[in-house]
Amino acid sequence: AFKAAVLIQQWYRRHVARLEMRRRCTWRIFQSIEYACEQDQIKLHNFFSYLMDQFTPSSSKERDFISRMFISGESYKEAELEKYCDYESIEVPDSYTGPRLSFPLLPDHATALLEAFQQKQQLHARYVLNLLHETRKHLKQLPNISHVSTCYSEEVTVCGDLHGQLDDLFLIFYKNGLPSPSKSYVFNGDFVDRGKQSLEILVILFTFLLIYPKEVHLNRGNHEDHMVNLRYGFTKEVMHKYKVHGKKILRMFQNVFCWLPLATLIDQKVLIIHGGISDTTDLDMLEKIQRDKFISVLRMKKRKESSRKPEIQAINGERKSGTDAAGNEAAPRLSLQPQSGQAPSTANRLEFSRWLRQTVQEQMDTCRRLMDISESEPEEPTYSSMVSLKDVDEPCWTHQEEWKQILDILWSDPMPQEGCRENKVRGGGCYFGPDVTEKFLEKYSLQFLIRSHECKQDGYEFCHNRKVLTIFSASNYYEIGSNRGAYVKLGPDLIPHFIQYQANKTAHTLTMTQRQGFPVALISRVEESAFRALREKLFAHTSALISAFKAYDGDNTGKITLSNWATAVESVLRLGLPWRMLRPQLVRSTEDNMLEYKSWLDDLAMEQRSQEHIQSSLLEVIYRNRSNLETIFRIIDRDHSGLISFEEFQQTWKLFSSHMNIELTDDGINDLVRSIDFNKDGNIDFNEFLEAFRLVKQCP
Amino acid sequence: LVAEIEKKIMEAFEMFDRESNKTVDVREIGCIVRSLGCFPNEAEVQELLAKIEVEEPGGFVHLEKFLPVMTKVLLDRRFRPIPEDIILHAFEALDENKCGYITKEDLVKHLTKE
Repeated sequence: AFKAAVLIQQWYRRHVARLEMRRRCTWRIFQSIEYACEQDQIKLHNFFSYLMDQFTPSSSKERDFISRMFISGESYKEAELEKYCDYESIEVPDSYTGPRLSFPLLPDHATALLEAFQQKQQLHARYVLNLLHETRKHLKQLPNISHVSTCYSEEVTVCGDLHGQLDDLFLIFYKNGLPSPSKSYVFNGDFVDRGKQSLEILVILFTFLLIYPKEVHLNRGNHEDHMVNLRYGFTKEVMHKYKVHGKKILRMFQNVFCWLPLATLIDQKVLIIHGGISDTTDLDMLEKIQRDKFISVLRMKKRKESSRKPEIQAINGERKSGTDAAGNEAAPRLSLQPQSGQAPSTANRLEFSRWLRQTVQEQMDTCRRLMDISESEPEEPTYSSMVSLKDVDEPCWTHQEEWKQILDILWSDPMPQEGCRENKVRGGGCYFGPDVTEKFLEKYSLQFLIRSHECKQDGYEFCHNRKVLTIFSASNYYEIGSNRGAYVKLGPDLIPHFIQYQANKTAHTLTMTQRQGFPVALISRVEESAFRALREKLFAHTSALISAFKAYDGDNTGKITLSNWATAVESVLRLGLPWRMLRPQLVRSTEDNMLEYKSWLDDLAMEQRSQEHIQSSLLEVIYRNRSNLETIFRIIDRDHSGLISFEEFQQTWKLFSSHMNIELTDDGINDLVRSIDFNKDGNIDFNEFLEAFRLVKQCP
Repeated sequence: LVAEIEKKIMEAFEMFDRESNKTVDVREIGCIVRSLGCFPNEAEVQELLAKIEVEEPGGFVHLEKFLPVMTKVLLDRRFRPIPEDIILHAFEALDENKCGYITKEDLVKHLTKE
């Protein structure tokens, strides 16, 4: 009998080990794809650099189109912002049954909102704008670093990323109680994007912020940034929910975001920031920065005297861009008006890029000149939402240093190794080691750091010898069942207590055994989702993969060993995944340990059945660049209407295809347009267009 | 073939390498070995560990030490999977009442008797 027991144990442990391995692989897949997406920002930046430096516009229309991409911002002085985003003139019809807010807000308003949102109601635009105006007024008085003391309310609850997942916020309030004079909360950024209810979360958080200003504290996250929102869904969500007033609402959010405090300090001992720190993080500087100052997304260094090609410093794809108003007294709109009055010859690309740079520069100068005249707040001009040029002679190191401080706080990640290095994976901030943490804590007499920014399987994780705590509050972030969310409570002893949860609105579809202890089905489901995403990525790199495989197939047999397959795939995708472990899930049939790679790739393509008639290489490009394409479309679509003109669509493609080196004729583009029936009066609904190219099904 | 085996081992090892410094906690070795397709029992895992030097203090295993030992295990095809019918016999042996199932408590009792 003993022997029998041992056998069973053997078998069982192997089973558990396999499950554990599968779980880790799945996690890896999701994470690497997520971070690779953030890397896309750099590609986007390269595209813009290409436009600036290498592309020769063939017509003045094309030239104008390109410049519009760079100078798409509208700038407003704060006063004008208020006028533009005025809410008082908006009438609320009697038929509106949602919550009605009046200011100053009372706890009843909060409850009304919670109930309304639970019933999927929508807050009227007027109240949203009103709320935003009041929030802005409140935030402006706050310092960059909020101070919280545990002697007022016994415990402080700290929550991490929510990413538009309203169910998680409800769960937190349900388990922990609503904010109140005896219940303090700190929300550590990334309230928006990805999830579908970012707006509701913000409304609720801002409402509580105004009702209990002493007890509720918000930190800015890297997603509280309109450039990031363009890509990750918040912009889309707002425009979808508020078709008439969406643009105003977005403008207000843009402004409110840059007024969010940067950090929170508890009892002078625990620092809470969204991302992390770097070896140059300076709390004194952070306290003094004008946090609402515009911080550009893409930056260009001054042109080197020696080379004619200007250096484009690809610092990050996405930064905090606290766009802010500044102003042009004459008109709220900064339009492209070359002062020189001469049209550059479009044939000469150097001319063109010089002209473009000069024009943008001139705009800056105009701004600055007007700034000198205006005596109100010393705000920096809004360059554009995309570009910020720095004058050669201006001492800009201070600005640059300040900007780096904020960037590091919002984008950095801890790493196990010592030291501090650039965070190339995300394209922003840095990786900081335990020594950096140690030095920092010592310098400011702190006990530990709390940060978010990274999804953790159990909702929280310690590192750096328990000196850094990551708290992540969006459960099921990658997929249903992928991870738990958590929040942490700190009492006067500053010992963290964790509460974990998993919003299971759809998890009820899993059976009891699946939820209880034997997570096989759960792992399978999450795994399935991860592999779908991975297969899409593979498909998106078909051409590159074929070349890589061919390199190992000198005799042109059409086959490749599995070992070489793994090496080739990693060299193309660069996701750092354990391909040999993943192979059984990705490659179904092999003969003698050899894979017929062409038919394997064809099978991958087969999943995209509906787009058979589109040239496969084009399809590939679309997949590979979908999120960049989306961002570009959104930039062009200044009204945030979701529509761009057919001509704009065509032009975008032409530019893109020349950058990507694909052949795309006018007919090709027309085919593209016609193939997906989304034409609306000569305008393209680019949302629908992009949706048509999604392999990975979105969860409901 | 050896190179391929080594790559497989390294991949599995890396999944448990928390600090990305080519070491894993000694307690994870069992899991790694099993996820590579082996079915050792606890005694066999301990034997294996004895062959690999474990770094003290802290109980870490370095990839350098693990790799050759594990490669040999895979090449020798040790700790092969237990065929299904044998497992079935094992369950039957524990099922004293011959009722076709074992309760969780019984199973736990037997497994902890060691």
